[in-house]
Amino acid sequence: MFKNFNGKQSMKKQCITNVRIIDPKNSLDEIGGILINEQGKIEAIGKKVSELNASDATIYNCPKKIAIPGIIDMRVFVGEPGFEYKENFRTLSQAAISGGVTAAITMPNTNPVVDNVSTLDFIKRRSRDKSIIKIFPLASLTKNTNGEDMTEFGLLKLRGAWGFTDGLHCVQNNKVMDKILNYAKNKDALIVQFPQDNELSKNGVIHEGFLSTKLGLKGIPDIAEQIIIERDLRLLEQYNGRYHISLLSSKKSLEIIKSARARGLKFTVGVSINNLSLNDNDIGDFRTFLKLSPPLRSEDDRIALIEAVEDGTIDVIVSDHKPEDEESKRLTFQQAATGASGIETLLALSLELVHNEKCTLNTIIKSLTSNPAEILGLRNGTLSVGSEADIAIFDLQKPWVLNKENIKSKSKNTAIEKRKLQGKVEKTFINGKLVFSE
Amino acid sequence: MAINQNQAVKYNHKHLLGIQYLSIPEINLILDESLAFVELNRQENKKLKILNGKTQINLFFETSTRTLSSFELAGKRLGADVMNMNVLNSAIKKGETLIDTAMTLNAMHPDILVIRHQDSGAANLLSQKVNCSVINAGDGRNEHPTQALLDAMTIKMKKKKIEGLRVAICGDIMHSRVARSNIYLLNMLGAEVRVIGPTTLMPKNINLFGVKVFNDMEKGLEGCDIIMMLRMQTERMDGSYIPSTREYYEFFGLDYKKIKNAKEDALIMHPGPMNRGIEIDTSLADDINRSIIVQQVEMGVAVRMACLKILMENKV
Repeated sequence: MFKNFNGKQSMKKQCITNVRIIDPKNSLDEIGGILINEQGKIEAIGKKVSELNASDATIYNCPKKIAIPGIIDMRVFVGEPGFEYKENFRTLSQAAISGGVTAAITMPNTNPVVDNVSTLDFIKRRSRDKSIIKIFPLASLTKNTNGEDMTEFGLLKLRGAWGFTDGLHCVQNNKVMDKILNYAKNKDALIVQFPQDNELSKNGVIHEGFLSTKLGLKGIPDIAEQIIIERDLRLLEQYNGRYHISLLSSKKSLEIIKSARARGLKFTVGVSINNLSLNDNDIGDFRTFLKLSPPLRSEDDRIALIEAVEDGTIDVIVSDHKPEDEESKRLTFQQAATGASGIETLLALSLELVHNEKCTLNTIIKSLTSNPAEILGLRNGTLSVGSEADIAIFDLQKPWVLNKENIKSKSKNTAIEKRKLQGKVEKTFINGKLVFSE
Repeated sequence: MAINQNQAVKYNHKHLLGIQYLSIPEINLILDESLAFVELNRQENKKLKILNGKTQINLFFETSTRTLSSFELAGKRLGADVMNMNVLNSAIKKGETLIDTAMTLNAMHPDILVIRHQDSGAANLLSQKVNCSVINAGDGRNEHPTQALLDAMTIKMKKKKIEGLRVAICGDIMHSRVARSNIYLLNMLGAEVRVIGPTTLMPKNINLFGVKVFNDMEKGLEGCDIIMMLRMQTERMDGSYIPSTREYYEFFGLDYKKIKNAKEDALIMHPGPMNRGIEIDTSLADDINRSIIVQQVEMGVAVRMACLKILMENKV
């Protein structure tokens, strides 16, 4: 079994050469080399680095390729413990590294829920033993995600919880949320909210609009999202703690965010790649693989979200990787499971926005690497000298088609089957070790 | 409405899942075929052998009286072997999925499956998994195509045409599959379609479906030839959409006063079952000069016979 998290075992020096390096944290975008030392850390980087000053190193010559910090995916559902048949750390890792993802922020919606120190310990031990990628777990905000009783933020943080969220659920009770934001400030704990009002979205399965009326499906109005964002930001204003909106789906939510920021409030915002790549029309005649939460919204919303990524209103793009066995998708739309597997296509789909000239490459890489690292307080997400050599190398132009049989995740519930993609990961390094190569 | 023999219209689908998938000639084909069965059903000997040897399974996940018996009679009068699956007390209640049930039934080699299900899209899903033809007898709030066809047939019998008529669909539009199918069909056949109801029972963007939306019933009924009343689908509601049935009746219940706004010869339809005193005045519902609710039931059998026959003849 592959073990490298102590970073102590010795390896040969390695050098990636003639590659275009993009490291947004250091505003670096140049052709050069990356020298990885025996401890799996970055020793030197940039145009000065070539095979000449790395004669004793293993050389990976990657002309016309792009090297970026390993992707940090801020919203990932694993399945361990409780849903191992959907995904485990091993299968998740295989999927992740094939997409250049070297770290996953895992959601606490397991069975049992990660709401106490011992379950958190289990996740940490289990991921240490089985995972190739780095796992940074979030614990739940409330016990058993019941929305009422807050978890032990202080203790959980000490034992390695990087933040707190109810993941699939949203704290509804205003008083509870007020106390959470108040208490979390003491502990400098990151609070991550999935914004959705339960009553307004009750039984809803699809964006409320033309298509929900046509298909006769109960809609989720976008106000269900806005009302929680507005509430949370008003509460946050009193305490100014660390607060992150995990997913956003509607144009109107962006207005709320902009106006709160104009008032000087500090917080961060994420979006699922699904909401940037698809709209509700893609659901067509009841395609349950596109049943997502938050729902795919209108094309107007999608365009607005993409613009918000480019102008910096949205900080992070996530895969919202939610593996579901296919049987639970082969039901009526109302009954089918929600969510899509997507960690391995996160980068390729994000690059669509670059190819379509909607976003710059730098913005996209930033929202996948340095921004999530900064929000969570991780030292990863950069190629700075001295940092762990988590690196993804990809071919920006390479065309490919996503076929279900090539999906490495244990669950094949992709929302983009048969989609033509452009840009493919060819090598992934974690702590200087080549873990994926194609 | 005579059958035009020169027009070689074909029904180009394996299934009947919704009006939205049909073309105008296909709708007219079904209506023309139905006419012959209307005559047949009024005769003493109603039995034909068109579907001899065929097996029809009625798979109903929701309770139904008129639709189920109508499909059963239609199949039997055409000579098919008809089986009704009472799903309410069967394996599905024990956790079997729709697909599993479909595969089980499929293994018995039926020729036609008639399905009613509480979830929108259930008939579409079933049709992807079985080898036989599927007829949608109502799925969630999505479609109820044979209801719209029998409504069109009833209107045609009474008014001799559909094109140019002003039709108001009144009440709980949001939860109604009948409304959706009728909107598609009546629009295709050239009627002017209005929907009338409180804003809380109007689905989002319904105005984009080629209808005029009214929240004032008296205004909405002005100049109408046909008034289709819908049932309040309380079983599909998750919470309060209207203050009370009393208040609803006051503003949206059809009575002798409100109907004065419609044309003098306006006719009343209702897909049933009726909530007397909630959406319609009880004596108005029974007024033989106004109400054609009984004719709708009669047309139902004929239209369903036509659908069964066409699907069995047009193997696509």
